[in-house]
Amino acid sequence: MAGDAKPRLAVFKLASCDGCQLQMLNLEDELLEIAGAVDICYFLEARSQVLDGPYDVALVEGSVTTEHDVERVRDIRRKSKMLITIGACASAGGIQALRNMHNVDEYTRSIYANPSYIHTLSQSTPVAAHVTVDFAINGCPISKEQLLEVLTALLIGRAPQLPTYSVCVECKRKGNVCLLVARGIACIGPITQAGCGALCPGFNRGCFGCYGPMESPNPDSLCQTLTVRGIPRAETLRLLNGFTGWAEEFRSAAEKLEKASI
Amino acid sequence: MVGSTAPRVSATVLLAKSVLQRVLDNLHEGGFQLIGPTVRDGAVILDAIRNISELPIGWSLEQKAGSSRLLRTHATDYFGCTVGPHSWKRYLFPPHLDLLIAHRNGEGWTFEPPLDDSPPLAFIGVRSCDLHAIAIQDDVFVNGAVRDPHYARRRERAFILVANCNTAATTCFCTSMKTGPRAPSGFDLALTELPESFVLEIGSEAGSNALAGVDWQPASAFDQGRVAQIMQRTERQIQRQATTSDLPQLLYDRIDHPYWEAIAARCLSCGNCTLVCPTCFCSTVEEHSDLTGASTRRTRVWDSCFILDFSHVHSGNSRPTIKSRYRQWMTHKLAAWIDQFGRSGCVGCGRCIAWCPVGIDITEELSALRSLGAR
Repeated sequence: MAGDAKPRLAVFKLASCDGCQLQMLNLEDELLEIAGAVDICYFLEARSQVLDGPYDVALVEGSVTTEHDVERVRDIRRKSKMLITIGACASAGGIQALRNMHNVDEYTRSIYANPSYIHTLSQSTPVAAHVTVDFAINGCPISKEQLLEVLTALLIGRAPQLPTYSVCVECKRKGNVCLLVARGIACIGPITQAGCGALCPGFNRGCFGCYGPMESPNPDSLCQTLTVRGIPRAETLRLLNGFTGWAEEFRSAAEKLEKASI
Repeated sequence: MVGSTAPRVSATVLLAKSVLQRVLDNLHEGGFQLIGPTVRDGAVILDAIRNISELPIGWSLEQKAGSSRLLRTHATDYFGCTVGPHSWKRYLFPPHLDLLIAHRNGEGWTFEPPLDDSPPLAFIGVRSCDLHAIAIQDDVFVNGAVRDPHYARRRERAFILVANCNTAATTCFCTSMKTGPRAPSGFDLALTELPESFVLEIGSEAGSNALAGVDWQPASAFDQGRVAQIMQRTERQIQRQATTSDLPQLLYDRIDHPYWEAIAARCLSCGNCTLVCPTCFCSTVEEHSDLTGASTRRTRVWDSCFILDFSHVHSGNSRPTIKSRYRQWMTHKLAAWIDQFGRSGCVGCGRCIAWCPVGIDITEELSALRSLGAR
């Protein structure tokens, strides 16, 4: 991104909780530097000023759940040289993709007093299901360090270095004791992409896959092991069907596990 | 004999168990940071210790493929648990190591080496298999054509107190790899634990000095006989075997065997085996620059041949499948290592067996490949 003009950055939100955008604001030590290095043209979470496109970089949070989202994401793509999804919703469909495996009308009727006001698609889908995505930052929420790494790489003009290997690598580097091996706690870290710094296992909680599938996942083998170790099938399904449950590798593993005879 | 006089090098002495604290105190006062086995999160890990009470006293270890459990017992052994998921490479070849910080300086760069003011380390309770693993990493990092100054600095200053194994886990196979259960040499001190005392071999001047002011008496022939008995008992406990006489050729003859696919169907390619292995030495270097590119920090981190990026080369990936990556790891460890360094890369500690989430057992896979014949 050479040249004198500062790159124009926009941050958009679809169906999401705002947590990933907040991670940008959580970059407290670097925020002024970022604001100095780029023109923040659109970032409603942080400022009311809105500047029209085109944008050099669009960060998109949230999944596509309405017709309006479909239009918006196409519009964002048209206006942006580079589109980067941030978080499990934008990159994989998010927790709201649970609806994809069920009947969304039933859900709507059970929640809303006047379901006729709700206009929603039957599925929650990742941004990449609608437009070309140049880069994805995973996680629920994303790691602010990974966001900073991507912004830094873009400003300097090099490829971002985000790991795609398993969470186990981060656990072992940190010296965490494996929850699955030492205590029989269900953990899908071996099939989940690193980047969180092995946050949950570091607090004695099994990984629930919020960074999505790692680079070469083998979920069938892990599921078989979890079953042999006596982890209830419902618990394994809950891990697979979580924040990135609509990601292909987790979805197909969950479907197989559901069909498997007990 | 009350020791204002420390025992001479190569002597074998008897110590009351509680007196080990005095040895640790001496090392601490000599400027060493003590690293030893201690219980955390359901496993025996290696961490900074200061007191013998932090050792895994009252615990025993039950391991099998893919499982490790600590059980409360009434045993009073200080060193009754064999190896956990950590190995000493964590301290000699740390998982994260800052190599340099560079600042842009007009047209050029100023390089600032990282400050390493870490104290010398005293390793308390090194098992014979792990002592052999350290010797293997010495080959890699200091005895070869290129000397790693970071490893060398830690290694040269390290004090090693061996604990010969008075019990074995079911994952142990040091007798097959000829690395244990008793350490022959290469230590400062080596203890064998008896119910009420330690028999201690003095391996170096530093080991002798660590006994200054410590109550000791010469070990009798009877004491040494008890040590020999304990070692025989441990050897008999070790049921797991790996035949090595036909290596390395055995694996080269099976490079294209379809059985590798069967292993790959189970392997998660998660990298755990390589990261718990006390001899695996691969690392990668990462650069972390600031937002403007005015400064950058270069860090070395543990890598693994199971990570896709590890085998990414110009125009593609040379090991794109789990099959090719598992084969690479096992074939290097048990076969190509012999060609490369003149000995096996496996010490039979069993960590890769116990800490594989799906319990892939390198000794069983080797037997399976042998029985299937060349292909």
